[in-house]
Amino acid sequence: MQQKYIGKAISRVDGPAKVTGTAKYAAEYNVPDLHYGYVVNSTIANGEIEKINLTKAAMVDGVVKIYTHENRPSTAWLSLNYADMDAPPGKPFVPMHNNKVVYNGQPIAMVVAKSFEVARYAASLITVEYKADKSDTDLVANLQNARDPKKGLASFLKPPPPKPKGNAAKAYEAAPLKAGGSFYHGVEHHNPMEPFATTVVYEDKDKLKIYDKTQGSVNTQMYVANVFGLKFKDVRVLSPFVGGAFGSGLRPQYQLFLSVMAALDMQCNVRLTLNRHQMFTFGHRPATLQNTFYGADADGKLQSIQHESVAETSTYEDYTEIVVNWANMIYPSPNVNLQYKLAPLNMASPMDMRAPGGATGMHPVEITIDELAHQAGMDPVEFRLLNYTDEDETTGKPYSSKELKECFKQAAEKFGWAKRNPQPRSMRRGHKLVGWGMATGIWEAMQVPTRAEAILTADGKLTVRSATADFGTGTYTVMAQIAADAMGMSLDNVTFELGDSDMPFAPISGGSFTAASCGTAVQAACLGLKKKLLKKAQSTNAEYKSVNLDDIAFVDGQLQPTNSAVKPIAYTDLAAASKNKQIASKNMGWPQMMKQRKYTRAAHSAIFAEVEVDEDFGVVKVTRLVSAIAAGKILNPKTARSQILGGMVWGISKALREESVMDHRIGRFMNTNLGEYHTPVNADIHQLDVIFVEEDDQIVNDLGIKGIGEIGLVGVPPAIANAIFHATGKRVRNLPIKLNDLM
Amino acid sequence: MNNFTYIAADTPKQAANIISQNPDAAFIAGGTNLIDLMKENIAKPNQLIDLNKIPGLDEITELPDAGLRLGALARNADTAYHPLVQERYPLLADAILAGASAQLRNMATNGGNLLQRTRCYYFYDIATPCNKREPGSGCAAYDGYNRMNAILGSSEHCVAVFPSDMCVALAALNATVNVSGATGERQIPFNEFHRLPGDTPQLDNNLQHGEIITSIDLPPGGLNKNYSYLKLRDRTSYAFALVSIATAFELKDGLIVDARIALGGVAHKPWRVTEAEEFLKNKQPAKESFTQAATLILKGAVGLKHNAFKIELAKRAIVRNCLTALNPDK
Repeated sequence: MQQKYIGKAISRVDGPAKVTGTAKYAAEYNVPDLHYGYVVNSTIANGEIEKINLTKAAMVDGVVKIYTHENRPSTAWLSLNYADMDAPPGKPFVPMHNNKVVYNGQPIAMVVAKSFEVARYAASLITVEYKADKSDTDLVANLQNARDPKKGLASFLKPPPPKPKGNAAKAYEAAPLKAGGSFYHGVEHHNPMEPFATTVVYEDKDKLKIYDKTQGSVNTQMYVANVFGLKFKDVRVLSPFVGGAFGSGLRPQYQLFLSVMAALDMQCNVRLTLNRHQMFTFGHRPATLQNTFYGADADGKLQSIQHESVAETSTYEDYTEIVVNWANMIYPSPNVNLQYKLAPLNMASPMDMRAPGGATGMHPVEITIDELAHQAGMDPVEFRLLNYTDEDETTGKPYSSKELKECFKQAAEKFGWAKRNPQPRSMRRGHKLVGWGMATGIWEAMQVPTRAEAILTADGKLTVRSATADFGTGTYTVMAQIAADAMGMSLDNVTFELGDSDMPFAPISGGSFTAASCGTAVQAACLGLKKKLLKKAQSTNAEYKSVNLDDIAFVDGQLQPTNSAVKPIAYTDLAAASKNKQIASKNMGWPQMMKQRKYTRAAHSAIFAEVEVDEDFGVVKVTRLVSAIAAGKILNPKTARSQILGGMVWGISKALREESVMDHRIGRFMNTNLGEYHTPVNADIHQLDVIFVEEDDQIVNDLGIKGIGEIGLVGVPPAIANAIFHATGKRVRNLPIKLNDLM
Repeated sequence: MNNFTYIAADTPKQAANIISQNPDAAFIAGGTNLIDLMKENIAKPNQLIDLNKIPGLDEITELPDAGLRLGALARNADTAYHPLVQERYPLLADAILAGASAQLRNMATNGGNLLQRTRCYYFYDIATPCNKREPGSGCAAYDGYNRMNAILGSSEHCVAVFPSDMCVALAALNATVNVSGATGERQIPFNEFHRLPGDTPQLDNNLQHGEIITSIDLPPGGLNKNYSYLKLRDRTSYAFALVSIATAFELKDGLIVDARIALGGVAHKPWRVTEAEEFLKNKQPAKESFTQAATLILKGAVGLKHNAFKIELAKRAIVRNCLTALNPDK
């Protein structure tokens, strides 16, 4: 296949629609007779609702109906029906199921009115009486309740830690070099620009069209059909544009349930949007406490890796992440003990947030490695090269490809690492202590079965579609590139469509697996289309009867047989001769399991950071970050760079800014707005460099795609923390690092 | 947000007359704080009296004594970038530009800046008790999450801080607030404008219901040679101060003849300690003196669970900012 577009820096095909405002989001679809919902959230974390007073709210002109647990229509009885594609083991939360309150901010009532403003005002008049029970929301204060996570379907993509190897505790005691400590980070919330919203169009009895903010239109469709007892074909879910999600759209949020419930009950169109505060009333990155104990021999070779973690979950689901498995994937050690436990708290179930588990777990790993390198008197890069491996020791399988050494080399060169003085507090600029640190990142390259359809029309246009998602990730663009190359067509004639449950099946889009999964599906559909084109050629043109698929080049919109005696045929001619003036093929893109299973497949990164720390105030400025990424084939260096830059900014955020602050007396988050939930502003971001170290990996998939959604973030926080240590001599293990930690 | 009526006033007197007949009415100018408060169901006015159309209040004019009058309706951005403010009162310009965001400063007025309410997390969350929002309900911040709260001048009833940057400079510059009410006009010295919480934290300042800020006067001599505004916060922009400091000196023959040090982010009002400023007078500018002044300023400071570090931070910031003020161009 000629690669004319794959690997080229092509601007986002949906860019103009987004910047001109023609791209519509879930709350922007205006339909006649729309009713507006507004949710009331609980103000206690644990207990029962004794009384909800609706009198005042009901009297407001324009209020049509108010729902609470007392009057909501019944939905599916079985917990199983509420389990979406990303549901962890347990019983999914059902809004307004009964009078029990299981977390602070839980939706407990919804006003439906003729206008948004009326609904919002009426909601403010609702008063609630509770019988509050003691609530436990502080992870550190509830470690005694830590236990093994329950296993379920989610364990397939998130396997538990591997069994212990050797005797890690004994090896640690005996090791001449020891490092480690206790690491804690609190809750973080996703906060994409677009808050959650659903517009439900009531088309007919039991037939809905739903515009939803989601990372999986089929996931939403399945959930709605199962919960409300509708037929799949009668639930169409559309989400062509999503204003960021970062994992929060992997599960249906409560606005979906409530808006569909009201639409079906009231037999009308309903829109429900969540406000920014309410974006803090469902999933989040869980608070996690981790301890590491690493030991190395006198030469710096790792002898013992111990990494234990306790993460928060809710009282109703066991949300898990891969937190502790990473260390021994990257660093070989004869003695390893990895433990992962959950402590249930009176909080909403956590959920996947960009690089879930990876960003969490690699933080202690890379800081502990940095500490060991420092103790060994070795350069941190040298130390990592000494403990380098091309084999994943947790499975005993080799990596399908791993250009991490090259990442170290190229990033170090770009950064100027060779000039580093290893001594902490050895560099300064005026009042600022300057530090250089580095870290490694890793994220598994996954792939899941996905379907796509390719349709060629007589006007010479190709449309490829799949029910997958683009939440700013560039799916529209890279899939069009793959299809254009596969069919030998100009990109101008290729359109990729997504975000519609009527389209061929795609699972939720996350875990960095969409490019590989959907890209493979697009290739499969294009291959299917090529076969049909040949078949059509054979049926209309005798010359083609003996021509095989392998003997044809599909270029410039033509079938060009290698046998020059056979005349080329234009796709348009074949489409014109077909029924409906088009030829289409729908195919499944399967992971090449037989090849894949023999290898561990992962993307890697090396991050180098420079910080300035004010010696009096502890204010940290990340002046430079260089990330080198080895993630297989980079389909589009422009959109890929944007994605990595986003990850790096998030890394700065996670290291220094983001934190959902809770008042544990009431189990309530207190900084639930973007003024007080600090993400970086422009003034926080300085020089960022991205290097792609390409890998030619035919094991992951034909196209060599590993995925880049998460890898940009993993490793950035520890690189910054290590740079801060180098600047100040202070080892700060908790996140985010605040100025008072360094005063 | 509740329903409300709207009326535009043509003169301060008319505005004062309307509001004096309606205890539940509120003035609106830039609206950058009030609209938020209404959306959060903290402010529930049944009538908004728009001041934006009152002629003349948006002007910045020279006073006969070479001071400057800042109209209450002049926008924060227009004030900060006004040539006379930049030339004579660069400390004020720097303070304004350290606050909020460009968009907010374009909208926010000078009068409104003085009247903005605290950003205490509990004041903003109507599900929690707050004596400022609901007198007598209690102070949830005192034993709650209080990183952003006061270390000076607070009471058991309220540990909120006043969030303005602009007002820290106005305090340092000895500004005067000109006020108009139904019964006439009066002047309030800046340091008497805002209040400490005591047992009436619901009152942020000494403005009476019905009174309108018409302008703010800056005295001549803007201390425009040796000055510095320093703001320390949890991110580089668009965050309220943990500690902010406006410092200005007048130096003569190598001695400090006038010293002004005002702190923001630490108390219910911009914090000035005369004793510390007097201590610096007639002394050579030196780090040791600044350190002693810092100790005097922070005398009586009390840290809460999450903000005790602000005491030491403020001391260090005072010293640094005094040194910076000696060489403001550096």
